[in-house]
Amino acid sequence: MSTTPDQPHGGHQDLVVRPDGTLPERFPDPGMEPHRSRKSDLDEKHAKKVERQVVALFAVSVIGTLVFLVAYFTLPVGTPADIKVSNLTLGLGLAFALLGIGTAAVHWAKALMNDHEVVDERHPVQSSPEVREAAVQALKDGAEDSKIGRRGVLKGAMVSALALFPLAIVVPLVGEVGEDWNVGKFKRTIWARGVRLVKDPDGRPIKASDVTIGSVFHVIPENLEEAEHPLDEKAKAVVLVVRMDPRDLKETEERKSWSYDGIVAYSKVCTHVGCPVALYEQQTHHLLCPCHQSTFDISDGARIVFGPASRPLPQLPIEVDSEGYLVAQSDFHEPVGPSFWERLT
Amino acid sequence: MKALAARRQDRRAPLVLLLLALLLTGAVYAVATPARADASRLTATTDDVEAGRALFMANCSTCHGTSAEGSDRAPSLVGVGAASVDFQVGTGRMPMQNTGPQVIAKDVQFTDEQIAQLAAYVASLGAGPAIPTAEQVDATLGDAANGLALFRTNCSMCHNAVGAGGALSEGKFAPSLLETAPEHIYEAMLTGPQSMPVFNDANLTPEEKRDIIAYVAEQQQPQPGGFALGSVGPVAEGLWAWVVGIGLLIAFSVWIGAKSS
Repeated sequence: MSTTPDQPHGGHQDLVVRPDGTLPERFPDPGMEPHRSRKSDLDEKHAKKVERQVVALFAVSVIGTLVFLVAYFTLPVGTPADIKVSNLTLGLGLAFALLGIGTAAVHWAKALMNDHEVVDERHPVQSSPEVREAAVQALKDGAEDSKIGRRGVLKGAMVSALALFPLAIVVPLVGEVGEDWNVGKFKRTIWARGVRLVKDPDGRPIKASDVTIGSVFHVIPENLEEAEHPLDEKAKAVVLVVRMDPRDLKETEERKSWSYDGIVAYSKVCTHVGCPVALYEQQTHHLLCPCHQSTFDISDGARIVFGPASRPLPQLPIEVDSEGYLVAQSDFHEPVGPSFWERLT
Repeated sequence: MKALAARRQDRRAPLVLLLLALLLTGAVYAVATPARADASRLTATTDDVEAGRALFMANCSTCHGTSAEGSDRAPSLVGVGAASVDFQVGTGRMPMQNTGPQVIAKDVQFTDEQIAQLAAYVASLGAGPAIPTAEQVDATLGDAANGLALFRTNCSMCHNAVGAGGALSEGKFAPSLLETAPEHIYEAMLTGPQSMPVFNDANLTPEEKRDIIAYVAEQQQPQPGGFALGSVGPVAEGLWAWVVGIGLLIAFSVWIGAKSS
């Protein structure tokens, strides 16, 4: 950008590019901006107006406080609707009480109080040479006095103590990170041959005839409560059971025996990052994950229709026991939930 | 009047007018909105079935067929039961106005008596779920705490934790339950309209359905905590905090930092 030297640069001199286009080696300190008087400095009437504004803001604060106090003593707090009105009034009263004081103080300071710029020089950070010398001497005297150079064992003991101490912080920290490193647990659930499918949360067993077409049942294993850590086991074993018209169901040869008369059971744990996949659209047979919209087609082996999941949901092979209740044929044939390093497949 | 006329040039006049217009609109809407009449539960007679058939022929047969056998446009209604009719017609979803990803609720097109007649006709075509009794949908008899546990497992993934509704795929959505009548909640569970799965009496017993209704009724009460912002969770709350909250903070900072004129 070229600038002709005769063009004035605002109020600041010295910031001029020289005629040959070069810049000066060092820009001089432009100094402080000239002081600009405010309307309220020049006009007494305006100053009075500002004063009234500040008074009004303080008045807002007073009214806010009064509203708060009146609301505190008069408003009933019986029903939720009453509590809502009470909370709202108390909150607004308090907000205006504080806001009034704050804005009044700022406005007062900005528009009425002296605004002449002043220079406040900083003192140098460095201490005086005598103080610096004395400090260095004190350190030297200390080292001399401890005789650290000659007492080798003492030096070794101190270094060991200092080096070992951080272990007291690091060991528990690392130790607490997932106290259990047995990833084998991810590879199986408590589903097993003959375990009944029961309703979540009340544990009622489910008759195959109860699952009418279009129904969806949220299912847990019958033996969940007997497990050592029922919640851990539930997190892996939750299952969704749906029934559709057997004609709508596309099954591979291998999985033909995994369903019962149009009833299929799939793991409810998303293979993406493990959210519970449970938004079932009855008409399209699509199962939707609420976290990242992965969509699985339950009528077609939980094929991925959309979204970031990379594997279909694992299917739980089911059959019917002698009393007509739905039971598992076995555990899932693959680990449920998201991928992990040791999963191999 | 003269004083008023003199002020019409005031720069605040449009704002005052806008406020007045908003207030007036609100007042008119509050008065004009039809209140939902109490559903009188008629016992079906042969006359009702006959009257229902006449209504069906006039309003429904174009799509559902003259004997409700269905067509390529609409499903058969044989065996869907009175509950299905009461839900679909009673929430205004049927008769359907236009096709789309999902049939939406609109103003109810029939009187309660006509809906009962239509329901009686469709129920006469084949056995299906009946309209629940007043006692079955009485929220005061339900256990809202058990309803919460059931709602969390069976409903909240689509309808949101407090029943505020949520999105499904391809333009479909689970509607909000915060304005829904208890009998319609019951009938929806029983019949599974559109994308919704069926929750028959073996899945959720009538008592459990009533518990769920009691839980939803609790959510329909005003929120003591203040504005619920649609109860849609962190998105609305985050938007409010980031845009309104931080916006106000920035505005105050700019004001504090600016020199007084």
